[in-house]
Amino acid sequence: MNYLMGAFKPPCNITITFSDGKTRKQVSVKKENGKTAMVPVFQSLETISGEVSIDPVQGKKVEHTGVKIELLGQIELYFDRGNFYDFTSLVRELDVPGDIYEKKTYPFEFSSVEMPYESYNGTNVRLRYILRVTISRNYVSNITEHRDFCVRNYSPVPTMNNSIKMEVGIEDCLHIEFEYSKSKYHLKDVIIGKIYFLLVRIKIKNMELEIRRRESTGSGPNTYVETETLAKFELMDGAPVRGESIPIRLFLSPYELTPTYRNINNKFSVKYYLNLVLVDEEDRRYFKQQEISMYRLLETPASS
Amino acid sequence: MHADTVAEDEEKWLAEGIAGVQQNAYYMHRALDSNNLKDALKFSAQMLSELRTSRLSPHKYYELYMRAFDELRKLEMFFREETTRGNCSVVDLYELVQHAGNVLPRLYLLCTVGSVYIKSKEAPAKDVLKDLVEMSRGIQHPLRGLFLRSYLSQISRDKLPDIGSEYEGDADSVNDAIEFVLQNFIEMNKLWVRMQHQGPQRDKEKREKERSELRDLVGKNLHVLSQIEGVDLEMYKETVLPRILEQVVNCKDELAQFYLMDCIIQVFPDEYHLQTLETLLSAFPQLQPGVDIKTVLSQLMDRLSNYATSSPEVLPEFLQVEAFAKFSSAIGKVIEAQPDMPAVSAITLYVSLLTFTLRVHPDRLDYVDQVLGACVKKLSGKEKLQDSRATKQIVALLSAPLEKYSNIVTALELSNYPKVMDHLDNSTTKVMAVVIIQSIMKNTTCVSTSDKVEALFELIKGLIKDMDGTQDDDVDEEDFKEEQNSVARLIHMLYNEDQEEMLKIICTVQKHILRGGPKRLPFTVPSLVFLALKLVRRLQGQDGDVVGEDVPTTPKKIFQILNQTIEALYLVPCPELSLRLYLQCAEAANDCDLEPVAYEFFTQAFILYEEEIADSKAQVTAIHLIIGTLQRMNIFGVENRDTLTHKATGYSAKLLKKPDQCRAVYACSHLFWVEDQDGVKDGERVLLCLKRALRIANAAQQMANAARGSSGSISLFIEILNKYLYFFEKGNPQITSSAIQGLIELITTEMQGENATSDPSAEAFFASTMRYIQFQKQKGGSMGEKYETIKAS
Repeated sequence: MNYLMGAFKPPCNITITFSDGKTRKQVSVKKENGKTAMVPVFQSLETISGEVSIDPVQGKKVEHTGVKIELLGQIELYFDRGNFYDFTSLVRELDVPGDIYEKKTYPFEFSSVEMPYESYNGTNVRLRYILRVTISRNYVSNITEHRDFCVRNYSPVPTMNNSIKMEVGIEDCLHIEFEYSKSKYHLKDVIIGKIYFLLVRIKIKNMELEIRRRESTGSGPNTYVETETLAKFELMDGAPVRGESIPIRLFLSPYELTPTYRNINNKFSVKYYLNLVLVDEEDRRYFKQQEISMYRLLETPASS
Repeated sequence: MHADTVAEDEEKWLAEGIAGVQQNAYYMHRALDSNNLKDALKFSAQMLSELRTSRLSPHKYYELYMRAFDELRKLEMFFREETTRGNCSVVDLYELVQHAGNVLPRLYLLCTVGSVYIKSKEAPAKDVLKDLVEMSRGIQHPLRGLFLRSYLSQISRDKLPDIGSEYEGDADSVNDAIEFVLQNFIEMNKLWVRMQHQGPQRDKEKREKERSELRDLVGKNLHVLSQIEGVDLEMYKETVLPRILEQVVNCKDELAQFYLMDCIIQVFPDEYHLQTLETLLSAFPQLQPGVDIKTVLSQLMDRLSNYATSSPEVLPEFLQVEAFAKFSSAIGKVIEAQPDMPAVSAITLYVSLLTFTLRVHPDRLDYVDQVLGACVKKLSGKEKLQDSRATKQIVALLSAPLEKYSNIVTALELSNYPKVMDHLDNSTTKVMAVVIIQSIMKNTTCVSTSDKVEALFELIKGLIKDMDGTQDDDVDEEDFKEEQNSVARLIHMLYNEDQEEMLKIICTVQKHILRGGPKRLPFTVPSLVFLALKLVRRLQGQDGDVVGEDVPTTPKKIFQILNQTIEALYLVPCPELSLRLYLQCAEAANDCDLEPVAYEFFTQAFILYEEEIADSKAQVTAIHLIIGTLQRMNIFGVENRDTLTHKATGYSAKLLKKPDQCRAVYACSHLFWVEDQDGVKDGERVLLCLKRALRIANAAQQMANAARGSSGSISLFIEILNKYLYFFEKGNPQITSSAIQGLIELITTEMQGENATSDPSAEAFFASTMRYIQFQKQKGGSMGEKYETIKAS
């Protein structure tokens, strides 16, 4: 139930319901005020349908110049907060101008909506989808109500998925070879790999694998890059000797990852990296970062 | 000061660690009680994080580990309940615990769930185990890694897919079980070895000590392997042993190599060792130079020889695998590979090998000789050993065959035996010689050929003669006597049925002991003399069979040898002993009917008496010996006999003290009265002797009177009376009852005389003599009649 702001109570309550709201999958999203809320999930080319009901407050009538519902896909950049850029906007007129005296419901339907981008809530950028109902009025401000929903698009299993294999080192000091079995991972995937120590002349204390998210927003001189470490996963404790191989097995499911987003509407990108870090006894860090590509695999009920 | 604060700090850190474990365990328990899996995992991971410390010594770390271990048992139980109740599948749980960010807690949890996973049988045990042992590579810190893997080993022990185990999978799953344990073992050993390089160089010693405390964690894996049913001989031979040895050799660490080799020997059955001897032994030469190979190898040989003696059925196996040859060559290689090995270690190895040989192949004397030969080779180029421990080992080496064969003759066939002995210092040589002799005595071994005697005396030459360049000043007199007595005893052990050979033996012994010098001869010569006399008696026993000049062994020859021998003693000088020996020989010659020889011996005896025996007491003894011997001689012709008896009586009368004279003279009476069939029975001269004795007794008494104012003892008279009685009974016509009567009266008068001193023993002697007369009278018969005329009152 939504509450409207302002000193005056709005003359009516607007409720937006999805036709399959009871059965549709929901996910929790973080809202601006920090609270989490459950919202339904859609994917691109799904039909979004439901009902809008307008229920005037007891004994009042709502005069309006028309009622419409819009489906909006918006990108909000935080350095330009409050300014939404709509990359998708669909409108359905629900009512012609007139008065509403009692509760009235309007069905709506957006069929096969193209929603190419996923909902995303990042450090400097937000991409959201909403349904917005507007009751237009003369002289007084319009009454609006919106409902969030979430879009998630699934990718098929990539046909090409090479392993990442690389030999790195500092001359006469440290040589390692690491291997991650794949370069593309789905969100619930497991990173399997191995690190071979070819030469160890430094006193290593431990080794960890980090998952880092690099979010870049804006373009040109106004590009903002924010890197966030989502996971720190210790792989090894103590100093290995030459010839050791250390296994990697990192389950991705506990971390809040998204698919890799490349240049979303020319506004932002989100990329993921695996960062292998070796720490020596003087706490010096030696690292090598590799990009991995994340995708969302359609979850079959069995594998959830 | 420094050490104290370190210890204090450590105590503090341990306390903190334990507190951390307890606190998190408390929350973990709360979570378990409320079935809150997520919290349980969180707190258990936090609890296990305490084990990530680097500040504790192995000892303290173990304490902390045990605390955590107890808690993990409870967690495992919870996991099991959780999965059987169906709240969470074990597969999910297996993944869930791997979300932990720190590797150490993660792996402890993984092992714990892994245990449940195997038990649930939702996945083959081998897969889970393989995963666990592989993932454990994440811990490269030696101490933490060792404990983690030790935990893995602990939880997996009862879950190996062994033959007959409920976790046994398809056909070859036992291979996986073995592979798992082997891999864990190899990794643990690597960590353990690496431990020595942790931390500063100056603490190295302490670190090695600490490291040593952890060895059982590593060794336990071998124990587990030995418990696996599926490790049969084939498997052991083909897989297990080669893999273990590879690791042992490659780790190049003294501590580990010593411990692990020992472990292998202890935990696997002897039968396996026997069948894989070649492989096992081939590892030894490859070990580091500092490894105490001798101890390990000795262990192995001890074990195998115990095994061999435990059941005779296994002996053929030893032969089949040529155990001895393999050991022998392995020891050779080890010694070759370690040129700096001290002599004592090498010898110890040979001692073990020898013991092994003696127990396993007691019939293979050539093996024993081979071992000794190898030892000689090792020692060659070196002079006498100075190292007392090495000497001890050589003594052990030399004693072993003696104890085993309990027959020195066997040892005498060992050509290398004396060569080994040459490396001993003089005093030890003696000790060894005594040991050899004692062995002969204990087992009453008979040494029966001259060759062997030669060899034997070569062995004990330390006792037979002075060794070059040494002074015997510091030799204890008692010890010396003891040693020489043992040599004397040894001589009696030499015997051969064949007389010719026996003579040879005697010659050999003579040759050796005559080199002994004046100090030794008095001990050794008598033995030799009696040994020779024994042979004489034997020859005499079969008299008549051997006639003719070409018979090599004749009493005559022996007597020649004897003469030489005693002469040597005579030159020492040692007159009393020589005299006795001459008399013995004379008697033997008498029995052999060799009058001239006997006469010669007597002559020697008399010369000795005249020239060398000056002490009056010794003279008394000597003259009695001469008289006694002479009395028994029956081969002398009248002339010779007269000469000798005359001499004897003459010397008797010339003794210094009157009582001695008296006694010697009355003893001489027996020279004229021999109770043989055709013995001399010259009653007149008997009487003469006795009368002379009486005169001397009289003179003795008068002298006593004059000198001290009291008459001396009358015991001389009583003694003479007894002689009278003897000859009277024997029917000497010259001894009459009236003479006896007169003597009795004389004694009675003397005893009642004024000046008589009371002498209770003489009185008692007289009283019993009188009682005897009384008794003979009453007995009646011819003897009674004879005595009738004597008045005894």
